[in-house]
Amino acid sequence: MALPPLDSPQWQSPWRAFAWGLRSITQTILTIVLFVTYLGIGALAHDTHFSLLWALVSTLFVWAGPAQIILITTLGSGATIIQSALAVTVSAIRLFPMVVSVLPLMRTPTTKRRELVFAAHLTAVTLWVECHRFLPLVPRERRIAFVHGLGCGLVSVCLVANTVGYFLAANLTQTLGAAILLLTPLSFLFSTARNSREVADLVALALGIVLYPLAARMNSGLDILVSGVVAGTIAYGVHWWREVRA
Amino acid sequence: MSFAQLIGDWHALAVLFVAGVVPNQIWRMLGLWFGGGIDEGSELLVWVRAVATAILAGVIAQIVVEPPGALATVPDVLRYGAVGAGLVVFLLTRRSIFAGVATGEVFMLAGKWWLG
Repeated sequence: MALPPLDSPQWQSPWRAFAWGLRSITQTILTIVLFVTYLGIGALAHDTHFSLLWALVSTLFVWAGPAQIILITTLGSGATIIQSALAVTVSAIRLFPMVVSVLPLMRTPTTKRRELVFAAHLTAVTLWVECHRFLPLVPRERRIAFVHGLGCGLVSVCLVANTVGYFLAANLTQTLGAAILLLTPLSFLFSTARNSREVADLVALALGIVLYPLAARMNSGLDILVSGVVAGTIAYGVHWWREVRA
Repeated sequence: MSFAQLIGDWHALAVLFVAGVVPNQIWRMLGLWFGGGIDEGSELLVWVRAVATAILAGVIAQIVVEPPGALATVPDVLRYGAVGAGLVVFLLTRRSIFAGVATGEVFMLAGKWWLG
């Protein structure tokens, strides 16, 4: 399936654009990665004694894999609500720049902020990555509808995956359960690396991984924030230095 | 499994809202609110994107270094080895996500089987 050309009459209807967005979930390996990741989240929710409804509500309203895994593991291991909320808040900070960088791709001079609320909600790492890939192929005035379709498609896939994972959990051996949980870091690592075009992005990714274990030794409860800001700022420094030298 | 078990209790859903939904939506809505005036190619955005990438990298490292649930039963060397092997194949296959993920998984499963 290829998207129609930018000047095609196919793009005249927003509903058509929504449908093209929905169909685009079949055009990316990340849909499979997401399916398996959410299979793992469903299984994890079951193993930590959360209900299926809880898992589905978390996918619908949190819609961020790492945050959901952190939430389930911290609450499951007896952390207080405050401790969990803090860890999730820190992990969710990365949504801020994602939303900031992705919304301008959809905005037209007449776009109102409330028209972007749902697109902002749908923004998470997979959608962020796919927007940068697909949106240049979509006429600007149809991009919001396209993203709504793409996002709704991805959420639906994940709800199904949660349900399947939840019911599989009882039958999975510990080794298979571990294999499903390992999919999350692997898929996030490689999909981010694949989509890093700038040197700054690669430096941020590599340094972020290396610095986290060091930051974790400080045991501040804000380890991810500390390593993220330090690694990100160094990566920006590299970008700045290359710009100045160029 | 009973219907009541699938629904769970309202207390757990309230915790989900406070510790899960609010902490995520706050950042999205802040991005929506303050992102409007920021130019796509601005230097601030390059920095913010780098920090976002590094925070995600931290989450990746955290899951591998301090593994949750069943992953904690996998020895350190297998978890790190799986990521390393996956990375090598990912780079060799000109950034194939599938090849990288599959290699990491096979490495971990083969290692588990080997160690018994």
